[in-house]
Amino acid sequence: MSLFSVFNIAGSALNAQTIRLNTTASNLANSESVDGDASKVYRARHPVFQTMMDSPDASSADPDGAVAGVRVLGVVQSTTEPVKRYDPNNPVANKDGYVYMSNVNAIEEMTNMISANRSFATNVEAINTARDLLLKTIAMGH
Amino acid sequence: MFDNVFGIHEQALLLHGQRLSVLANNMANADTPGYKARDIDFTEVLASANGAGNGDAPLALSTTSPAHIAPATGDFMTGDLKYRNPYQASLDGNTVEMAVEQAAFSENNVRYQASLGFINSQISELQFVIAGQ
Repeated sequence: MSLFSVFNIAGSALNAQTIRLNTTASNLANSESVDGDASKVYRARHPVFQTMMDSPDASSADPDGAVAGVRVLGVVQSTTEPVKRYDPNNPVANKDGYVYMSNVNAIEEMTNMISANRSFATNVEAINTARDLLLKTIAMGH
Repeated sequence: MFDNVFGIHEQALLLHGQRLSVLANNMANADTPGYKARDIDFTEVLASANGAGNGDAPLALSTTSPAHIAPATGDFMTGDLKYRNPYQASLDGNTVEMAVEQAAFSENNVRYQASLGFINSQISELQFVIAGQ
């Protein structure tokens, strides 16, 4: 029954968007993190989404591999160079008096958050619609 | 008699259910790089289901020999998935346009409920006839 698959599809999207919101929260929380070592300072993390494919199934609508939602392939770290700042009073400053700022771009994170929020709401709406239609189908003839 | 009591609506209901999950998939993959939005062309599926327009059962094959095997009539209205042409291409190769998908989704929702309504009225008609009052 294809209506039931909407729950799986939209559910996978809710999961993916939640992970995206989590990384955004982590990035925003660490946007002011500093470290004396450029290799240890916090770097912005971003999830990479990938379309999930069902195993090829002759009875499905698309024999080449029916699509069944989305998943998070992995979380990549931003490769932007951290900004070096002269702050000799900072306890984590290196011997030359420099600290490295995390490379989180707060504007980018905020737009990501809005986008994730909108996508989440859309998928919740899809689930609600599918549920309503299923309930009406079950009540057929009454 | 009861094989064809719901007419085209039974198949239309199944197709709309299928389209609902295709559109849900598009919306689920709205942020997936490289994902191509897909859809079912209802008009085309209906035209192919109606065959060449003979008043017969949809997709009926003409049999010229008694040895011919009748085709299965179960799920003849399975739509082929087509790729959508985006109004504005995006840099990551994703062709999902949320507004288009949402509009199609709610349109499909209404059509599903319409088919359901037709079936429901058929059922109440039958019940009326059976009860005879």
